[in-house]
Amino acid sequence: MDTHPHDRRRFLALTAAAAATPLLSACGAGFGGDDKKSDGSAADDVTGSFDWRREKGTTVKALLNKHPYTDALVADLKSFTEQTGIKVEYDVFPEDNYFDKLTVDLSSGRASYDVFMLGAYMVWQYGPPGWLEDLGPWMRNSSATAAEWDQADFFPNLLQADQWSLKAGAPLGQGGQYALPWGWETNVVAYNTEVFRKLGLRPAESFDELRDLAATIKRKAPGAGFDGMYGIAVRGSRSWATIHPGFMTMYARNGLRDFTVDGGKLTPAMNTPEAVAFTEDWAGMVKQGGPPSWTSYTWYQCSSDLGARKAGMLFDADTAAYFQAVDGASPASGKIAFHPGPKGPDGSLATNMWIWSLGMNAKSRRKSASWLFLQWATGKEHLRKGAITHNHIDPVRRSVSQDAAYKNKMRHLPGFLDTFETVVDQTKIQFTPQAQFFDATTSWAAALQEIYGGQGAKSVLDDLAGELADKVD
Amino acid sequence: MGWRLTLRPYLLIVPALLLTCGILYPFGLGLYYTLFDFSASTPQPDMVRFENYATVFTQEAFWNSAWVTVLYAVGAAATETVLGVAVALLLHRSSLVGRILEKILILPLMIAPVIAAIMWKLMLQPSVGVVNHLLKPFGLGGVQWTDTPTGALLSSIAVDVWVYTPFVAILALAGLRSLPTSPFEAAAVDGAGWWYTFRRLTLPMLWPYVLVAVIFRFMDSLKVFDIIYALTEGGPGDSTVVLQIRAYLEAIRFQRYSFGISYTVVLWAVVYLAAMVLVKRLGKIQRKAAEVK
Repeated sequence: MDTHPHDRRRFLALTAAAAATPLLSACGAGFGGDDKKSDGSAADDVTGSFDWRREKGTTVKALLNKHPYTDALVADLKSFTEQTGIKVEYDVFPEDNYFDKLTVDLSSGRASYDVFMLGAYMVWQYGPPGWLEDLGPWMRNSSATAAEWDQADFFPNLLQADQWSLKAGAPLGQGGQYALPWGWETNVVAYNTEVFRKLGLRPAESFDELRDLAATIKRKAPGAGFDGMYGIAVRGSRSWATIHPGFMTMYARNGLRDFTVDGGKLTPAMNTPEAVAFTEDWAGMVKQGGPPSWTSYTWYQCSSDLGARKAGMLFDADTAAYFQAVDGASPASGKIAFHPGPKGPDGSLATNMWIWSLGMNAKSRRKSASWLFLQWATGKEHLRKGAITHNHIDPVRRSVSQDAAYKNKMRHLPGFLDTFETVVDQTKIQFTPQAQFFDATTSWAAALQEIYGGQGAKSVLDDLAGELADKVD
Repeated sequence: MGWRLTLRPYLLIVPALLLTCGILYPFGLGLYYTLFDFSASTPQPDMVRFENYATVFTQEAFWNSAWVTVLYAVGAAATETVLGVAVALLLHRSSLVGRILEKILILPLMIAPVIAAIMWKLMLQPSVGVVNHLLKPFGLGGVQWTDTPTGALLSSIAVDVWVYTPFVAILALAGLRSLPTSPFEAAAVDGAGWWYTFRRLTLPMLWPYVLVAVIFRFMDSLKVFDIIYALTEGGPGDSTVVLQIRAYLEAIRFQRYSFGISYTVVLWAVVYLAAMVLVKRLGKIQRKAAEVK
């Protein structure tokens, strides 16, 4: 009689089978999304007259980034629930992790979140794989959309920023509406009025003047009682976020492009002689008048240096200066003024924008309720409240920007309203839409750091262009 | 009784089997994905076999990252070993101060590496950081710690050393305390000096403990992500983009999933081979140490 039935061969066979099962099932598991695709939009299912309470009792899940705009939204959520009977559950993540969380969540193909915050650049990444709901059909359906939502009230350049045909190089403003503008930022120069007054300076009207100004402040401000002050705060970390604010704004004002598009083919243009000269000048400005440890500078450091009277100027989002300028926010509050920044050689005030938008998960199972939420969050009433009673500034709606109460609130910040009105119509996405945006701009930031470190601008940018040509092909 | 006897051995290995499957499943899935061109732009990916690996090995960026990773791992593990053993030797002389220092020594290990990196980032900040403030009296107050390629790499290694030297010291200290006393007493009677005793007795007997620390620290340093990413994000330029950071950027930030995983598989192979060599060496050293004892 065999009393040892557990021989080695049987054991190995069983073990191998057990280990192979998950591997084999993985082969059939696909790549993290369900393949069910509906033809036509779910918006077509909404019929009859518009009703805010159509989805009462539903819960919408939102993924939000930690931001003053988010604080304004969360503070007003009760109004939405009262108006619609829809409950909103939300998670808030800090910006450092927010987009990784969103990317992983969307790429998993599961609808953990129905709605979320995103930037227009993310549309280029999330749109092509089909992760974003096209909101166009919802906007066009009068049964789903309230008449008072008033699409025409949005600044057109903002609405267009989230609209794309999903074809690399194709201009924005055509194709699907993959998100809605909710809050935005224009890139301008904010400056410390105290140091400007003491040193007898005026805001720069050209890039050459800006470079001189930055160097002058760094040289003279410490002697004038501003200990440790440098000229200009601009971002410098090895991240895509370094390229899009001040750098891209000034780059565009000089008539420069990131890519040229010919017959749908993208060719990197960061290494044209004009682009090389500009990039060298930018790195030179940072060296002569920028912050120490610039290569680690994110908007947090730039913004806080302006507030702490460490930076004489800031060339970044107007909100980054606003949050330091409001009463009691920082040692420099009350002494920060706004200016559109230097013009290009031809007088251009082309400005790059960052736009916080709201989007809907294409896999959401609560699209009708999610659409009601998006309408409410981008509607006049909530945005007006956010702008006046909270810090949801830079309105995406013309009516809010012209509202007397809003103007009254912003009036005490020198130059803010004038600057906003000067650049608002010239602010748009200055990049070429394409899915490799984050790779291209991260590599661009790394190249900028190398040039700042002393490497030749031409060879660094030639290498960058060569590397990117293969990737965007 | 018969079926119980038959089943019992299999039941006993179920926990280990589940654990193994739990490890193998994601690993196998990862390997499987590297055979495709899976990215955000290819929701229906094609099988490309080993093309991702071929691309990885032909990229200049890979070789740059591999070089930076090796520099970092060797630099960090070597410095931590030397300092850790030195600290252990000092603490081994049991005094009140030694016992107090022993408790303090462990503090960096209680801090998450990413927090340590952020803390050091602030301390190394050229204008307001405490490090330059302390160096000011010596005329070194303007050092741009992370603004140059060499400075960024050395600063990252320094943070790693700050966090993990106590780990090596604690292991080495445990080893020192477990050594037999008689060989040292005999050496003392024979009039052997401190250096001779250390070279001929302490170190050979301590090697197995030190090598365990080296294995852990070398492997961990090869896989570093948090410290470097929090301190430099891989910059300036590509000077501190180690393999893990490159894999993260490719897979998560740029959404080239298969390609990013290929980087991690290559890194896994490197770590696995390094570990095998080191563990083999550890066996030899343990045998030698036993002979000394």
